[in-house]
Amino acid sequence: MGTNRRKFLNSLLGIGSLGALSAIVYPIISFLIPPKIAEVKINSLKVGPVADFKNNSSKIVKFGRTPVILVRTKNGDFNALEATCTHLDCIVQFKKDTQQILCACHNGIYDIHGRNVSGPPPKPLKQFVVNIIDDEIRITSQDV
Amino acid sequence: MDKKNLLNICSFIFLFSAISLFAVTSNDAPKSSTYEDECINCHIENDIMPEHFSKSDIHWQNGLSCAGCHGGNPNETDEEKAMSISNGYVGVPDKKEIPQFCGKCHSDLEEMQLFQPRIPTDQVSQYYVSTHGKQLKLGNMDVATCTDCHTTHDILPASDTRSTTYAINIPNTCDNCHGNSELMSKYNLESIQVAEYSKSVHGIALLEKLDVGAPACNDCHGNHGASPPGVISISHVCGSCHVNNMNYFNNSTKAVEFSDMDIKGCEQCHGKHLIHKTNDEMISVGEASTCTECHSEGDDGYIAAELIYGKLKKLSSLYDSTKVVSEKVNIMGMNNIEIEYSLKNIRQNLIQSRTLIHTFDTSQVFEKTNEGILASYGALKLADNEIAEYFNRRLGYGVAIFILILLAATLYWKIRSL
Amino acid sequence: MKNKKIEKVENWLDERYDLSPIRNLIQHKKVPVHGHSIWYYMGGISLFLFMIQVFTGLLLLMYYIPGEDSAYESVQFIITKVDFGWLIRNLHSWSANLMVFFIFIHMFSVFFTNSFRKPRELTWVTGFFLLLLAMGFGFSGYLLPWNELAFFATKVGTDIVAVVPFIGDSLKVILRGGEDVTGATLSRFFGLHVAFLPAIFTTLLVIHLFFVQRQGMSEPEEFEKLTEDQKKYIPFFPNFVLQDALLWIIVLIVLLSLTLFFPWELGLKADALASAPIGIKPEWYFMFMFETLKLLPANIWFIEGEAVGIFAFTIAGLIWMLIPFINFSKKKDLNNKIVRWIGIFSLLYMIAFTIKGYL
Repeated sequence: MGTNRRKFLNSLLGIGSLGALSAIVYPIISFLIPPKIAEVKINSLKVGPVADFKNNSSKIVKFGRTPVILVRTKNGDFNALEATCTHLDCIVQFKKDTQQILCACHNGIYDIHGRNVSGPPPKPLKQFVVNIIDDEIRITSQDV
Repeated sequence: MDKKNLLNICSFIFLFSAISLFAVTSNDAPKSSTYEDECINCHIENDIMPEHFSKSDIHWQNGLSCAGCHGGNPNETDEEKAMSISNGYVGVPDKKEIPQFCGKCHSDLEEMQLFQPRIPTDQVSQYYVSTHGKQLKLGNMDVATCTDCHTTHDILPASDTRSTTYAINIPNTCDNCHGNSELMSKYNLESIQVAEYSKSVHGIALLEKLDVGAPACNDCHGNHGASPPGVISISHVCGSCHVNNMNYFNNSTKAVEFSDMDIKGCEQCHGKHLIHKTNDEMISVGEASTCTECHSEGDDGYIAAELIYGKLKKLSSLYDSTKVVSEKVNIMGMNNIEIEYSLKNIRQNLIQSRTLIHTFDTSQVFEKTNEGILASYGALKLADNEIAEYFNRRLGYGVAIFILILLAATLYWKIRSL
Repeated sequence: MKNKKIEKVENWLDERYDLSPIRNLIQHKKVPVHGHSIWYYMGGISLFLFMIQVFTGLLLLMYYIPGEDSAYESVQFIITKVDFGWLIRNLHSWSANLMVFFIFIHMFSVFFTNSFRKPRELTWVTGFFLLLLAMGFGFSGYLLPWNELAFFATKVGTDIVAVVPFIGDSLKVILRGGEDVTGATLSRFFGLHVAFLPAIFTTLLVIHLFFVQRQGMSEPEEFEKLTEDQKKYIPFFPNFVLQDALLWIIVLIVLLSLTLFFPWELGLKADALASAPIGIKPEWYFMFMFETLKLLPANIWFIEGEAVGIFAFTIAGLIWMLIPFINFSKKKDLNNKIVRWIGIFSLLYMIAFTIKGYL
C-alpha cells in the first residue's frame, strides 16, 4: 500500500474524529451554559422580598403555565390565588377599594380568599399557599 | 266530558288505593304518612280526594292538615258538623280569593319563620303589583294565581327537580298559559315567547345544557311580581347578569340617544326572547349586522362598525391560528407552555374587546384588540422558534450522523488495510 | 519530532511508574479469530454504553434537583429550556436500556461459549453482580423524574419486597424511607442512583476488567483443539481496538436515532392521591419476573404465592451466579449438557415471559 494512500486515510480519520468530537463537545458545552431563565421551580415560586409589596397592592406572577395573583391587603396580609377566572378564563384583578378580586370580563367578583361572591363565576379561585421565608415571599401549590 | 270524569275517577281510585296501601304498609316513611284525620278518612272512603293530590306535597310533608287551609274540624266524624261554618270551614276558595287564602300563612312571618328563618313573606304583596295580580283584582279570571303555577295539592319547593317552579320547569309552567294562542289573542299578546326562548342562548343553556344558572322566565320578569320590563328597566334587567355590558352601554352616548328615540337598549340589537349567541358579524356592515338597521354607508357609525369588525375578526382569527400552531408545537413534542400562557391572555383580550363594543367607542375597543394582536404575534413567534428548533434538531442529527458514518467508513477502510 | 516528544514523556513516566505491563498489553495481547469472535465485542459495547451513562448522568446532575416539588419540574426544565437538554436526557434513558440489553447478551454469549468455566469463575461472578447493579440503576433511575408511571411502578416494585418472610416489611420501609412512596423515597433512590451504585459498580467493573486483562480472551474448545498453525489471532492493538471503536460508532448512531425519533415522554407529574393509571409496567428487564409473580396463585400450599416466586427467583439467581462452581454430574459431558439446557431454559423462559408481558 502506498504511503500516500495511508497518509490520506490517516488524515481522513483525523478529520472524522475531530468532527465527531466536536459533534459531541458542542452539545455538551451548550448544555452547560445555563439558559436565560435560570430556573423553573413550579411547585414553589419565589416572588421577591416582602418590601417590594406595598399594602393594598397586587401582582400577577407566572406559576408555570398558570397565572397567579398575589395580593397584599390593607392589613398587610398576603394571599395568592389562581388568577384565571373560573367563568371564562379571563385574568382577574385586585380591587383596592372593596378589597375584592374582580374579573373585568363579566364583572365576576370573588372575595379575598377566592370565594365567588357575585357574577357569573361558578367556582371559587384555587388558593395557593404563601410562605415568607427569610423575608422572601414564596408561593406554593396546594396540590402536593 | 262524562267520559273524562270517569277516567279521572278511575285513576284516582287506583292512585288512592296505592297511597292507602303505602300508608298502611310502610313504617319508615316520613312522619306525615301516618298522619290521619277524619277529613282524609272520609275523603278516601268516598273517593273524593282533590285532583292531582300527591303525598310529596310540601304541606302534607310538614303535617299541615286539610283543615289547616280549608278550615273545619278534622276530629269530627259527622260530615255536616265537621264542615260547618261554625267550625271555621271555608271550603274551596274562589279564584279571586286564592292569594289571600295562601297568604293567611305565607304572608305571616311569625308563622313562616317556624319553617325557615329567612323565608320571604312578600309573595302576595308582590303578586298584586304584577300584571297577573292587577288583572285579578279587576275580576279577570284568566290570569294566573298562586295555584296555577304552584299547583294545588302537589306543591313542591322550587329546589325540587319535580316542582313546576324548578328552574328548568319554569318555561313550561309559564307556557301553559302564555303558549295558548287562543287565550293570549284575547289580550293582544303573542304566544310564542317560550318557543322563541327555547331556541335562544339562554333557553339552550337552561333546557338543553341543563345549566340552572341560566335565566328562566322569572329571572328577567320577576316571579310573583311578573311584568314586562319597560324601556328604562331593560338594561337593568340584562345588566343584573351582564354587568359590564350594562355599565359600558349606560355610560355611552347611545344610552341617551336610544332612550330619546324610545329604542329599548339591549333588545334593539339582541332581541328579547329569541336572543341568539352573539357573533362578530353583528357589529359588521354585512347582512347580519345590527348597526346597519340605523346606520347607512358613509356615516360615522357605519365606518366605526366596519373598523371594529375588522379588528375583532383579525384578533379572533389570530387567536384561532395561534391555537392551531400551539397544538402543532405540542404534537411535535416541543414545548408550548409559554404559548398556552399567551393564549389565555389573547382569549381574555378577545372577550374584553367584545364587551367593550358596548361603549361604542372605537379607541377603547382598539386598545384591547391591539393588546391581543400584539400578544398573538408574540406567541406565534415563540411557536415559530419551537418549530424551527424541531427542524434544527433534525438538521443537527443529520450532520452528526453524516460525520459519524464518514468516520465509521474510514475506520472500516483502515481496519481492512491493516 | 512529534514521536520524540511522546517518547520523552513515556520515558519520564516509565522511569517512575514502570510502564512495562501496559507496553506488554499493547504489544502482546491478541484476540483469537473464529466463528464466535463477534461475541467478544458485547462486553465492550456495554462498557461504552456505561461510559455514556456516566457522562450524560453527570450532565443531568448539573440541573436535576431531587425532591417532590422539584424533581419533575427540573426534568421538565431540562428538556424544554436547557440547550440540548432533551438530547442528554433521552440519551441517558435510551443508553440505560441498551446497556442492560447488551449486558444480557454479553452474559448469555459468555454462558453458551462456556467462557465462564475455570479459570474465569470470578469474572463470571463479578459480571453477574454488575448485571444486578445495572438493574438497580434502572429501578432507582426510573423514579427520579417523579412522573406518574414511575411513581406507581416504584410502588408496585417496592411492594414486592414486603413478601419476604420476617424481614419483608422492614425491608420495604427501609427501601422506601417510610411506609409509602414519598419524597423520602425519591431522596433515597437519588442517593442510590448517583452515589452508592456508581461507587460499587465502578469498583466491580475495574475488578471485572482486570480479570479479563490478566487472563486474556477465552478461547472456545473447538479453537483450542486446533494446531498452533491453524489458530488465527489478531493483535489487540490496534486491530481489535479499532474494530471496537467502529462498533461503538455504529451503536452511537443507533442511539442518536432512537433519541431523536423515539423520545421518552415525561408524562404527568406523580400525584400520590391520583388513581393508578392504566398500563403501569416495570422496565422491560423486570418484566419476566413481574409476569411470573402475576401468574402465581395467591397461596401455594400455605405460603404466599409471591413469596414463593421471590424465593424461587433468588434460588435461580444463586444457581446462575454459582454455576461455574457447581458440578451436576461427575461425567464432564453430561454436566456440560445439563448446564447448556439450564441456559437454554432460562433464556427461553425470560424471552417468553417478557413477550407475554407486552401482549
